[in-house]
Amino acid sequence: MRFTARVSNPGRAPGFGLSLGFAAAWLGLAILLPVAALAAKASGLTWREFAEAALSERALAAYRLTVLASLAAAALNAVFGFVAAWSLARYSFPGKRLVDALVDLPFALPTAVSGIALTAIYSSGGWLGGLGLPLAFTPAGVVVALTFIGLPFVIRTVQPAIEDLDPGLEEAARLLGASPARTFVSVLLPALRPALLTGFAMAFARALGEYGSVVFISGNLPLKTEIAPLLIMSRLEQFDYAGATALSVVLMGGSFLMLFGINALDARARRNAG
Amino acid sequence: MSIEVRNVSKTFGDFAALRDVSIEVKAGELVALLGPSGSGKTTLLRTIAGLETPDPGSGDVLFEGRPLSELPEPERKVGFVFQHYALFRHMTVFENVAFGLRVRPRAVRPSETGIRDRVTALLQLIQMENLARRLPSQLSGGQRQRVALARALAIEPRVLLLDEPFGALDARVRQDLRRWLRRLHDEMHVTSILVTHDQDEALEVADRIVVMNRARVEQTGTPDEVFHNPASEFVMDFLGHVNLFHGRVESGRTVIGGVALESPGQPEGARARVLVRPHQLQIERAVEGQTALRARVVRVQSAGPVVRIEVRSETGETLRVDLSHDAYELTPVQRGDEVFVKPREARVFLEDYSI
Repeated sequence: MRFTARVSNPGRAPGFGLSLGFAAAWLGLAILLPVAALAAKASGLTWREFAEAALSERALAAYRLTVLASLAAAALNAVFGFVAAWSLARYSFPGKRLVDALVDLPFALPTAVSGIALTAIYSSGGWLGGLGLPLAFTPAGVVVALTFIGLPFVIRTVQPAIEDLDPGLEEAARLLGASPARTFVSVLLPALRPALLTGFAMAFARALGEYGSVVFISGNLPLKTEIAPLLIMSRLEQFDYAGATALSVVLMGGSFLMLFGINALDARARRNAG
Repeated sequence: MSIEVRNVSKTFGDFAALRDVSIEVKAGELVALLGPSGSGKTTLLRTIAGLETPDPGSGDVLFEGRPLSELPEPERKVGFVFQHYALFRHMTVFENVAFGLRVRPRAVRPSETGIRDRVTALLQLIQMENLARRLPSQLSGGQRQRVALARALAIEPRVLLLDEPFGALDARVRQDLRRWLRRLHDEMHVTSILVTHDQDEALEVADRIVVMNRARVEQTGTPDEVFHNPASEFVMDFLGHVNLFHGRVESGRTVIGGVALESPGQPEGARARVLVRPHQLQIERAVEGQTALRARVVRVQSAGPVVRIEVRSETGETLRVDLSHDAYELTPVQRGDEVFVKPREARVFLEDYSI
């Protein structure tokens, strides 16, 4: 707490004015300007029009699926990404470098390509679909796609944190009599919580806005497997700009609030980790 | 509890960290493992802690005669203090110290009040009762290391192992802390092993010193023994500044330039290395019959507990002479003066061709 206050004291930190000015200008150009344009567009609607577009039954179902599927995907990623990051950071095994490179693939792949690939695998005629996992065209399929694209975020934030852990922490806990499980839960996990939370937030944020990989696997059935970004897209295709804007404002506002909440948690975890 | 390390070797890949090392630590003793970095002292400490296992086929570590490998971990009760503290950063000072008690199996875990009493007593011992609710990040280095020590003591260790515990602290704090550690040891008598590369720390704190070099034990002895009676040139050099002369054995005497030292029993003609500590040299204005080395004063530094004089001998060696202020007043010399330097005592080591 004291240290944070000291560093952010503008009188002491060199380059504060310059860096804040630059950050503000950049954020303004890159983020706030488009957001303002969106808000301006939406303000042309009456409350009634806005509510009709943004709070229709179809829209509510889409928000719900988007948020829940994103949360589920981020949670899955937090668990399995953590395990993968742990393996990559702690063990050496044949082909490790290959696996390490594969992790970044979802970053690089055009999302439509991943969508098509996933659909092929999980549709009823596909490899896994044929094996009793016909997830294509179901909400579970949406989660699968969102998990796929979000995985690198968790691994790439948690892996360096695991590599930086002081090996003395584990040894100290062990010599004090803690079992490996206890050491993991009481010592290692708390030390890694900030990184894990950041990875979770990034995977979640990415999933909220994801479109390309989901459209193919979800089947886009209104009220069932239609996600909010897709609904916005289809409104635009019907030249219903007002409706698209209203949906966007709700999606964006909601996303911002949730990310803000996660960041606040994150800040608290970091402060405790000193 | 007594500890014995018997013929332990440890290699990491191609690197031999310990070669056939044996030491004994008596119950209640405080022993320092002293050596330069890479000498194997930390590996030896970690092996005693059970954090490293000796190479298969080499020796073992014995706790009161029982091999460590046969002793289940909960029975070992090793308190370990790390150089960089290894405190749990998300836990308060209180919770750090309590950790070793809280993780005990339910049957042997103290009650909540029992834990509170014990932790409070330990915090009093390290004089930090009022900082119990702080996080490690809010403490100074010296305070963190005291917390680490209290945490190690909480499990009532049978042996306390300290790995360069004051290495990351500044000079003043480390001096205070090591005196405090010695007093603590005198009160508690826990068998303790301290790793350090600082000879002053070892000489000041330890009952006995194990000097290590290149994965082997060079010498074991009390601080007086290793300081005044070093078994090897390495030990003498490592325990304080030395002046080195090259000489030759001639009819029972070692001759360096114009000086001859009695050294009976050495093989005739052997090349010898003569080591003299700065306080064992004396300076004279003129030679009184006896032999001495002619030298020129290069530097005089009289600010300090002793007067430190640097001279260059006629044979080209730079020598350091430490005089008491009283002795300096009897023969005050200045830069540029011609003087005669004479060793009062010296240790002669024959040059070893085997390396």
